[in-house]
Amino acid sequence: MNRQSRVGAWTAIIVGTLYFLIPLAATFEFSLRMRRGSYSFDAYRVVLSDPNFQASFGYSLLMALLTIVVGVLLVVPTAWWVQLRMPKLRGIVEFITLLPLVIPAIVIVFGYLRIYNSSSVLPLTSNERATDLLLVFGYVTLSLPYMYRAVDASLRAVDIRSLTEAAECLGANWPTILCKVILPNIRSGILSGAFLTFAVVIGEFTIASLLDRPAFGPYLQLVGANRAYEPSALAIIAFAVTWASMGLIQVFGSARALTPQRP
Amino acid sequence: MTASSNTAAHDRGPGLPIPPGSAAPHANRRDKPSAWTWLGVLPFFVFALLFLILPTAFLMVGAFQDAQGHFTLANFRDLFQPGILDAYWISFKVSAASALGGALFGSLLAWAAVQGRLPGWIRPTLLTFSGVASNFAGVPLAFAFICTLGRVGLVTVLLKKYADINLYSTGFSILSFWGLTLTYLYFQIPLMILIVAPALDGLKREWREACDCLGGTALQYWRHVALPVLWPSIMGATLLLFANAFGAVATAYALTGSSLNIVTILLYAQIRGDVMHNENLGYALALGMIVVTGLANGGYIWLRSRAERGRR
Amino acid sequence: MAFLAIDDLHKTFGSNTALHRFDMQIERGEFITFLGPSGCGKTTVLRMIAGFETPTRGTIRIDGRDVTHLRTRQRNVGMVFQSYALFPNMTVADNIGFGLRVARRPQPEIRKRVAEMLELIKLSALGERYPWQLSGGQQQRVALARALASKPQVLLLDEPLSALDAKIRISLRQDIRALQRELGITSIFVTHDQEEALSISDRIAVMNEGRIEQIGTPLEIYNYPRTRFVASFVGTLNILSGKVVDPAAGRMAVDGQPLTTTRPLAASDAGKERLLALRPEAIVLEAPAAGRNSLQAIVEEVSFLGAVVRIRTRVRDAVISLDLFNDPNRILPQRGEPVALGFSHENLLVLEEGV
Repeated sequence: MNRQSRVGAWTAIIVGTLYFLIPLAATFEFSLRMRRGSYSFDAYRVVLSDPNFQASFGYSLLMALLTIVVGVLLVVPTAWWVQLRMPKLRGIVEFITLLPLVIPAIVIVFGYLRIYNSSSVLPLTSNERATDLLLVFGYVTLSLPYMYRAVDASLRAVDIRSLTEAAECLGANWPTILCKVILPNIRSGILSGAFLTFAVVIGEFTIASLLDRPAFGPYLQLVGANRAYEPSALAIIAFAVTWASMGLIQVFGSARALTPQRP
Repeated sequence: MTASSNTAAHDRGPGLPIPPGSAAPHANRRDKPSAWTWLGVLPFFVFALLFLILPTAFLMVGAFQDAQGHFTLANFRDLFQPGILDAYWISFKVSAASALGGALFGSLLAWAAVQGRLPGWIRPTLLTFSGVASNFAGVPLAFAFICTLGRVGLVTVLLKKYADINLYSTGFSILSFWGLTLTYLYFQIPLMILIVAPALDGLKREWREACDCLGGTALQYWRHVALPVLWPSIMGATLLLFANAFGAVATAYALTGSSLNIVTILLYAQIRGDVMHNENLGYALALGMIVVTGLANGGYIWLRSRAERGRR
Repeated sequence: MAFLAIDDLHKTFGSNTALHRFDMQIERGEFITFLGPSGCGKTTVLRMIAGFETPTRGTIRIDGRDVTHLRTRQRNVGMVFQSYALFPNMTVADNIGFGLRVARRPQPEIRKRVAEMLELIKLSALGERYPWQLSGGQQQRVALARALASKPQVLLLDEPLSALDAKIRISLRQDIRALQRELGITSIFVTHDQEEALSISDRIAVMNEGRIEQIGTPLEIYNYPRTRFVASFVGTLNILSGKVVDPAAGRMAVDGQPLTTTRPLAASDAGKERLLALRPEAIVLEAPAAGRNSLQAIVEEVSFLGAVVRIRTRVRDAVISLDLFNDPNRILPQRGEPVALGFSHENLLVLEEGV
């Protein structure tokens, strides 16, 4: 490798760094400008004490946790079962888990609104709690690719067949095996999937807004339309939250989980 | 940190040798799975059916129906009206522009980090940052770019102050086609980096050395060996980026709102308030979207399997 | 003047010295092997000859030309890699013709040469296949043809057989040697497999920890190892400690028992302890005989290995193994039985003070 390409490489990195850091710096700087004439954290104070912020962030937090729980309950036994007993289904299951990446979220929620409205068999949009449930299911669908891939990969890394058979010999039944043998060993995969799900759900806008739920995404959009300095503070907070979840994935999970799990 | 990515993840996916102990080689010599075995995967399939397949299918069927439920192709004919066709065209342009831009700059950055003989900490930092940035989209991203390149954004102000360039008098606006494309690049470039970095890893050092021994120059190496080996991955990733941009809603909504008429915004308005006054036309619009993203993803998968073929 | 002259070659990577000193003169048409364990520096020397690394000190001359600071492209060396390194986007024929294509030779010439090479490696039918459609052995043959197509001055092979199955390894190394003889091309082969090295080389350079231990023909290396490392790395070896009784007459004492060696002993060694070595195949079980060495030992273990029976015995602290060909009619000694090990004076090796 000669000098010229080294210079070229450095140029690319520097330009790239500028492109990625300047918006963050600009947003941060803007967020400090609330108090006329001097820099302050006023915008943050306003935002964090805004009851709507607390309500919507809390709501999204709750939804994220519910999504993770439902997701784990759905994905872990399925992935385990498919690897163990029905390997032929692997192809079709993986195909299904990749569909949410092909079918845009807006189309999915469009379908929900038409199928689960008040005149259908499952009137999930008829009241608020039911719509919350629909929202969680929507989020589970959105995060399915990440969760499934993270769990599946970590199951593969552990020889679950031998573990399961050994546990069976020692007299354990399925639920015991799942909870005491399998789960502890794939903890890092589950955590990776969980943090990715968290990052996806916290800022999600499309489904929440079309289902008319008071989530963090629609709140962000509302603030952006009406206020001047608060949106930038919120953007910084959102970035920090995303960074924190990704950072936690690094700590707990494999590096593999860092990317949107496409096919 | 290893060059994690979808490609790395999928390297353990379908089509490649299954790691020992995890699948069929010692398959139970039982007969076909019994009813009880199917029970294990039932929840998953029921869920997928209810919350993924049926909603989509409903829309797809609805696209072929009129308001009374009779079969018709009129909706597709109606898709070709100027307003909607424009929307598709603009969506296509934004997606293509951000995909190509993301492909170009992402590949360059990935090359710089992987093969640029730079200090060792650059690559893991870039990859970690890309992992975060590829998920940082939507409303906050729109805010960030308004703060940067909006009318009173930092860069706009600095350009005026120090370089005497009035950005907005040149006709540029962040709330426009190019503004949206530039904003999209913020998550497209990282996505490209995450896909291309492992592909670059796949370029074996020995190929370069063998080429050297045989008398080839750097240019000849890139032209005859490296680029041909890489292009399926790069093309595939570009298609992925295209599909990614095509289906994005939140960023566009927050940035350009309804001033830039892209398909997702149109669909959003349709869902919210039936602006097209034709329910089934909305379904056709959605179906059109699925077709585009489906084709792009299909292309990506096909190209990816071609790229793997030469990899041992 | 040697065809390939390597003088005073040194290589350090930062604070790590990979090569302390390497000198070797190689004649045209010779097949040389660098033999040694991982990390001994053999690949480093090869890569410096190829031009992928620059020596910290020293020179490399090919056919009188100083190539030490020339780019790889300009050296006209051919290289075969452990991982084959075939270009996956090109067919077998295109791979082989790549060097000629890069040199802008006319198409008909390229086609002819490619056909010749395919014929040489006996894969004429597979010209249009892609590398991933071939077996490992076939891929390596193609790699060989690719390296040879542009008629390089030197052929370098970096552990080319390590990735292959045992049977293929044996047949391919013979093919490589036959090809090399036919073309008369100067070749350097790097390996950690001593059997490979012994079977096909004209001369071997045994290396360890960045230094040359010994250079010699396979016969010399095996039968007259100079250091403990060479003796134990190449073939199995029994090592004993003995006291020098009479340097001039070659008399030693091991565990009090008298032994004679024909290896040179310095007069100054009288009374000193020296390391002795014995090859297992040099020992037989026989009653003490005149003109031959005899060592009393106790049998520890008798292992039946098929064609060979390995008997492990003990003399004080030293373990001595000997191999006997399988003979169903022979009565083998029992564990704990005393036996007499017989071997000639020539076969008692004296090792140099080790590094």
